[in-house]
Amino acid sequence: MKIIIAGDGKVGNLLTKQLSAEGHDLTLIDTRPEALESTIQRYDVMSVTGNCASMAILRSAGVMDADLLITATGADELNLLCCMTAHGMNPKIHTIARIRTPAYVDSVFEMRKMFALSMVINPERSAAQEIVRLLRYPGFLMRDTFANGIVEIVELRVDDNSILKDQKLMDLSEVTHCKILVAAVVREGKPIIPAGDFILRAGDRIFVTASGSTLSALLKNIGIQTTRIRNVVVAGGGRCAYYLATSLIREGIHVKIIEIDEKRCDHIAEIIPGATIVHGDVSKKEVLEQEHVSEADAFITMTGLDELNVILSLYAGTLGVPKVITKLGRGENPELLDKLAVGSMVSPKDLCANSIVTYVRAMDNQVGAARSVHKIADGQVEAVEFVAEAGTKNLGRPLRDISLKKNILIASIARGREHILPNGDTTIEAGDKVVLVSPADNVILNLNDIFA
Amino acid sequence: MNYKIMVRIQAWILLIEAAFMLPALLIALGESDGPAIRGFVAAIAAGLIAAGLMAFFTRHAQRRFYAREGLVCTGFAWIVLSLVGAIPFTVSGRMPNYIDAFFEIVSGFTTTGASVLSDVEMLGHGLLYWRSFSHWVGGMGVLVFFLAVIPTNGKNDGYMLHILRAESPGPSVSKMVPKMRSTAIILYKMYCALTVLDILLLIVIGRMPVFDAFCIAFGTAGTGGFAVLNSGCATYTGAAQTITTIFMLLFGVNFSMYYYLLMKQLKNVFGDEELRLYLGIVLLAIVAITVNVLGRTIDTENLAGSIHHAAFQVASIVTTTGYSTVDFDLWPSLSKAILLCLMFVGASAGSTGGGIKVSRVLLLFKSVQRNLHQTFHPNEVRIIRMSGSRVPEQTLANVNSYLAAYVLIVVVSFLLVSADRANFSLTTNFSAIMATFNNIGPGFDAVGATQNYGAYSNFSKIIMSVDMLAGRLEILPILALFVPATYRRG
Repeated sequence: MKIIIAGDGKVGNLLTKQLSAEGHDLTLIDTRPEALESTIQRYDVMSVTGNCASMAILRSAGVMDADLLITATGADELNLLCCMTAHGMNPKIHTIARIRTPAYVDSVFEMRKMFALSMVINPERSAAQEIVRLLRYPGFLMRDTFANGIVEIVELRVDDNSILKDQKLMDLSEVTHCKILVAAVVREGKPIIPAGDFILRAGDRIFVTASGSTLSALLKNIGIQTTRIRNVVVAGGGRCAYYLATSLIREGIHVKIIEIDEKRCDHIAEIIPGATIVHGDVSKKEVLEQEHVSEADAFITMTGLDELNVILSLYAGTLGVPKVITKLGRGENPELLDKLAVGSMVSPKDLCANSIVTYVRAMDNQVGAARSVHKIADGQVEAVEFVAEAGTKNLGRPLRDISLKKNILIASIARGREHILPNGDTTIEAGDKVVLVSPADNVILNLNDIFA
Repeated sequence: MNYKIMVRIQAWILLIEAAFMLPALLIALGESDGPAIRGFVAAIAAGLIAAGLMAFFTRHAQRRFYAREGLVCTGFAWIVLSLVGAIPFTVSGRMPNYIDAFFEIVSGFTTTGASVLSDVEMLGHGLLYWRSFSHWVGGMGVLVFFLAVIPTNGKNDGYMLHILRAESPGPSVSKMVPKMRSTAIILYKMYCALTVLDILLLIVIGRMPVFDAFCIAFGTAGTGGFAVLNSGCATYTGAAQTITTIFMLLFGVNFSMYYYLLMKQLKNVFGDEELRLYLGIVLLAIVAITVNVLGRTIDTENLAGSIHHAAFQVASIVTTTGYSTVDFDLWPSLSKAILLCLMFVGASAGSTGGGIKVSRVLLLFKSVQRNLHQTFHPNEVRIIRMSGSRVPEQTLANVNSYLAAYVLIVVVSFLLVSADRANFSLTTNFSAIMATFNNIGPGFDAVGATQNYGAYSNFSKIIMSVDMLAGRLEILPILALFVPATYRRG
């Protein structure tokens, strides 16, 4: 597919990496030649320097025969104008705009219609939603939801004193008294899609599929004590903090935001009624002590500096804050942080790349494309959800009679409201939602591609 | 450096070369030319065995590939290509000295067209075909061909840009379409189409023998210049010479122009400053030489003859092809001086020609003009533009350092070759370096249009072979091979 990406920033770069690896023809537009130059050095893409909303620039980027335009420049208005102009020039083009200013977010639904946008992405808001979902089950490092909430993939760390340590995977259901399946393991930074006789070791991070309703039981049975989150301290009062605070307050959770910029404090105090806003420098120990961070149920670091976020999270860990979440803006190398106790990591740009990649795959394969794509295990493994259709092969045959390609695992099946953990007798039926796990460099575009 | 992936690419290159030798082998078989058949079979066998071994030992090569690997890989590929490509000449016994054979095939791949042979016809059709075909392969670049044909699954595209950059001529490399592989395929499609058109016109209108038409068209397309007759292009019909003139000029144009034409983006074509300057230089040189040679030699007695031969010679030199219809060494000094200047300028960037390239010359002039202007108006901020858009300062700096490296190589090789015990004249030595380094072929005096490079010593031939490679690959890939820092870890 021919795709134009306007804005070669953090999100633009990540999209370039993922979409060019999937074989699409990419053209990037940016006003900064030096940014484009470094991208061209790394990826097989073309670039155009200039204002992406200008018709001449769009034309030289090939908008007339492009299939999709993704705008991720720093300014929402520019993103919108660029999409509108492109759509005016080529009515067949699909457009995805990044819009993250809180003032526009309420009208996004109308805007999509008015400006013929195919999709609107808001990385900060997605990150906030992700954090809210994590706070519901604070025992998990990460949580991805599939099939309208029926299937969950959660991340856990196997500690030295965990009951999971030295257990064979096939025995886990007995040990935990829960129907679970380990879909992927990260051991020393390397992803493994394990077989049943795989033995867990301390230090492993495991990705477990389970039904949404067994999550609490699972946590209880493996001995992870969780307190209900009642008060949260947020370091940094940016856009992400706004989205997070508004939804947490709606759930009755108390939120305290510490922000360094006085004007910004004033502004968020106005737009987030109900939150406690503190003006102070979170990098100072006195400020954290004065605001009783050690007594918080959760501490979430979302300043603009990844380094500061990591250090603050480490510090909060030593204070014994039960749940720590770190926002990573750049987050190029999550594996570097693997050994550090920074708690859960949330990366807005990864989340928005996931949804765009899902959209692109759906555009590319009108029939049988993935319904959602989630990167797990630091982006090294993909968890993909498909719907089995009448045309899907091997319907109704028990899994033990079907041979799958190497390194692919059927993690869960959702049939109606029922969650099925697959075993040899399980069959795939039309209408089932199937969640698969495979290495990220071996992309599964269609459900039929999994059969050997 | 990731040596394994580099060796693996060399294996691919050898495989491609073995395939490229097959038509020449068939021609030799058709003629029952025993020695030539033996030569080709030996070369193909050597290439395949080497490729097999290389591929076997680099099975687990990682894909990591950066600019340094790209440069070194390209430099090595051309040397490996030439080492194997020289085998048929030596094994057949037609050129028993391997250094001679190496010089000849380097001259072929780099599209130089300088020969060490006084009698080319004795090579036989198979070897003549291989010699001319090497021009065609080298013109667009064998690694670009590699990019167009290797199977990719979308994951290993990382290294392609570094290779294309290292092999493509010109100050800045631009892709026509987002994907490198598609760009390479488009380039080769246009290249093939133009070559086939040339062959057909030569046969149908030029009344050229079919074998000659193929070889001459290959030499024209790659802007090489190996002829198949001892008399060069002198005995072909006027129509054939005119067709060759036109096609030499066409192959000296940036190939992006043809893509724009196909895409009907005429504004980009007519607005291109390099194209305008290139055509301007050609026209001016033709007019000047026509006036200068009119009535001076037998071939140029009348105006029509003068224009015909002046145009052919200008096209041949400016595109760095090196064909000749007359012995231009007999022309008056002014005409020879103009031709020598054209050797420096060369063809357009992104064409198959050599030399400094018209766009670099243009940028040099523009930056000299700016510097001069700024001595009068020190505070004025001036931006250098080309075809309407800004030229980044980095590009200008690259052009300047390119010129410095260019002069350095000319000076050093000129001194080394002057030490030759054959003790040639200054003109001979200087024009020999200019003609090989700029990938033209014939020079003046003892290496003129009707002479050859056979009398130079082996050492001088090796120096000139390196010059030809450096000229074709635009210096850096070859220079990088000689710099210790290239092989240092980290």
